Amino acid sequence: MAKLELQSVTKCFGDNVVCRGIDLRIDEGEMVCLIGASGSGKSTLLRCMNLLEPVDDGVILLDDIDIAEPGFDPQPVRQRIGIVFQSFNLFPHMTAVENVMLAPRRVHNRSREALLPEVTELFTRFGLADRMQHYPDQLSGGQQQRVAIVRALAMKPEIMLFDEITSALDPELVGEVLDVLRTLREAGMTMVLATHEMGFARELADKVCFLDNGVILEEGPPEQLFSNPKQERTRSFLARVL
Amino acid sequence: MTETNLDGPAAAPPGLTRRQIYEAQIRRRSLRVAATSTVLVLLALIVLIPLAPGWEGVKKSFFNADVFARTFPGLLEAFLLDVAIFAWSAPLIFLLGLLIALCRDARSPALYPLRLFGILYTDIFRGVPVILVIYLIGFGIPGLGLPRPWNSPYIWGTVALVLTYAAYVAEVLRSGIESIHQSQRAAAASLGLSHSDTMRFVVLPQAIRRVVPANMNLFIALQKDVALLSFIGPVEIFRQAGVYKSLLANFTPYVGAALIFLAVTIPATRYADYLMNKQARARS
Amino acid sequence: MKRSFTRTASSALVLLLSAGLAAAGGHCAAGKTLTEDTLTIATGNPAYYPWVMDDAPESKAGFEAAVAYAVANRMGFEDAQVTWVRSSFDQAIQPGAKDFDFNLQQFSITEEREEIVDFSLPYYSAAMAVITRQPVVDGGAEATLASLKGLLWGAHASTTAVPMLADVVQPDADPLLYGDNADVVEAMKANQIDAALMDLPTALFTAAVLMDDGVVLGQFPPERSQNPDQFGLLMEEGNPLKECVDAALAELTEDGTLAAIEAEWLAEATGVPVIE
Ligand SMILES: Nc1ncnc2c1ncn2[C@@H]1O[C@H](COP(=O)(O)OP(=O)(O)O)[C@@H](O)[C@H]1O
Ligand SMILES: [Mg+2]
Repeated sequence: MAKLELQSVTKCFGDNVVCRGIDLRIDEGEMVCLIGASGSGKSTLLRCMNLLEPVDDGVILLDDIDIAEPGFDPQPVRQRIGIVFQSFNLFPHMTAVENVMLAPRRVHNRSREALLPEVTELFTRFGLADRMQHYPDQLSGGQQQRVAIVRALAMKPEIMLFDEITSALDPELVGEVLDVLRTLREAGMTMVLATHEMGFARELADKVCFLDNGVILEEGPPEQLFSNPKQERTRSFLARVL
Repeated sequence: MTETNLDGPAAAPPGLTRRQIYEAQIRRRSLRVAATSTVLVLLALIVLIPLAPGWEGVKKSFFNADVFARTFPGLLEAFLLDVAIFAWSAPLIFLLGLLIALCRDARSPALYPLRLFGILYTDIFRGVPVILVIYLIGFGIPGLGLPRPWNSPYIWGTVALVLTYAAYVAEVLRSGIESIHQSQRAAAASLGLSHSDTMRFVVLPQAIRRVVPANMNLFIALQKDVALLSFIGPVEIFRQAGVYKSLLANFTPYVGAALIFLAVTIPATRYADYLMNKQARARS
Repeated sequence: MKRSFTRTASSALVLLLSAGLAAAGGHCAAGKTLTEDTLTIATGNPAYYPWVMDDAPESKAGFEAAVAYAVANRMGFEDAQVTWVRSSFDQAIQPGAKDFDFNLQQFSITEEREEIVDFSLPYYSAAMAVITRQPVVDGGAEATLASLKGLLWGAHASTTAVPMLADVVQPDADPLLYGDNADVVEAMKANQIDAALMDLPTALFTAAVLMDDGVVLGQFPPERSQNPDQFGLLMEEGNPLKECVDAALAELTEDGTLAAIEAEWLAEATGVPVIE
């Protein structure tokens, strides 16, 4: 049984059809990478998966329940599927630890005291133990992105979505964030990444999907897709980025 | 302090870089220029104005030291009423303004009536002069037959001020709310926070902080408009000055009142500007 | 200061003149009226009590009607030689030619108006009066200082009512002050104040016309106001008749006739008790 399954998902912004009938299956504990040119619809697809954007047509099954049904309450879904953005989007008026504790406090009704041990544990695990009381503007980009990941993880999501989370970082900071993803992968987290880090995708992904103009043009295990792409467009895209 | 500085001019005090010394020199020089020009302008004013033919008359009826000394204590006392009215109006204005701003921000179609109400409210109360609202509400509502003390001009005058200023504050807050980037709401929503929690914990704290300077300017204007309550009876500083004027046939009490207002509003204005600059710097 | 000096000087002059005129009888006005041997007097349209009773000045009933005939008689006109016309307040104070010899409808003498029209010597000094509403009277308010002290007071901020309240009434609660009498009335209607201090004629008019349940509770005699409102007969600027009118008024004041008319019409018609 797939953890998350998309069937002919369609999404438009006005006349602009951004996802044109996307089919995608993500199994429990799998790591799926979405690659493709800028504007091909990677971010939109990810935002559709946790209902940040309402889907126009198609089905999204989360544990076999169709969450794409119009009128379906998106809030519980978002609690189960976390997302991390390219631009961190930390709350600038809160310290790192307040950023992380806000949602569990409000959504799960838990006290700061009750949360503190596990939150501290998360911060420590990602090398941020001494940054808990800092405000976002006192942190480096890499640290901010790690806090954003911790913030999403604190909700104990079943699936994590990552939208080009290293694209806004200075090159020397990319590594520390990728290390976090590696740790999560080892812990068995189900993950979907939109990424330009081809080396990383090749090394760790179970499946890579090439998105082109709103459709998944080609998908497969990384070795096959990277070394032996079937589609001409995939080949030329890879030639440009590799 | 670097080694090379030791080779620099002997005058260099220890602990200052060359840049700091240079900047201190520039500062001293511009201070000298500013001081000299200010003194010159003041001197010119002090010497030239009294040469005007009407000066004696103006001095007698606007800058009369006797009248000033006699009326100033009474004016100060009357000003306490202005301060009190301001003190109880300001929080109410903020709360109502916030409520209206939230009405205007209501996004779901089911809440459209709220939104329409917010729009009408701000349009109407920003479109009508404060003094009219004060008259209509200050006399009109008590005229319906409310018993004392509920018909007091203090209550309904305050209501008029609150209704009017809340419209302005609501617009300022709304602009603040709209200035918070969509990605902040998205981040909150992605964590499963409800609309109201997103507004309360993520959007509003940032929005309110961002518009503090604009709101400060509104509240400075309010401090002055409190004087309009005098039209429906309360003897605050403006009315007290008017009474002194009629009694003494002299305008000096108005000058006294103006000075008292300035003593409060100038520091407040400076502070608002300071906050505004600080924010501008923080954002750049 | 300057004004009171000119006024003293002019009344001294008038006294001198009138001494001479007394012998001359009615000849002062000869050739100075609009119509030969007729005195044309204007009043308001309509004219209010107690100034003119029943809007009929010919009846000589009412304070201003009585004053008008007294002045006319003293100037040498028979009652039958007096004709009445009507004018509004604005018409009366407009600059230019008039269709009356003089006009009386509670015109206060002010410097601004003196620039445009002429006023006679004053024929009436207005007292300050306490105006209130019937419910307040029913609630036990009386024309005694002790009772007045306990009321909530209002006044027109730039009148002499303000110092008078502070000096004479000394109310327990600070009075509320307004920019004009209409606002004072509005506050009284809204029950925000119990009573207000105004000059007596205004109070009478206000209570009778502007309010449904207005009551003039009592008056403070004019001697108690520092700067009493004074009414004068209004004439066209530079009217030669002025000296005759002033002479007649000076005599009427001197011999107590004016006081008698005032006692007859104003005290009786209003029944406003004096507050001591
Ligand atoms: N909120 C939006 N409103 C309108 N158009 C949008 C919005 N978000 C994305 N798009 C459009 O959708 C297309 C795909 O964008 P996106 O999903 O961000 O691509 P990618 O992440 O692959 O670069 C683009 O043409 C973009 O202009
Ligand atoms: Mg994107």
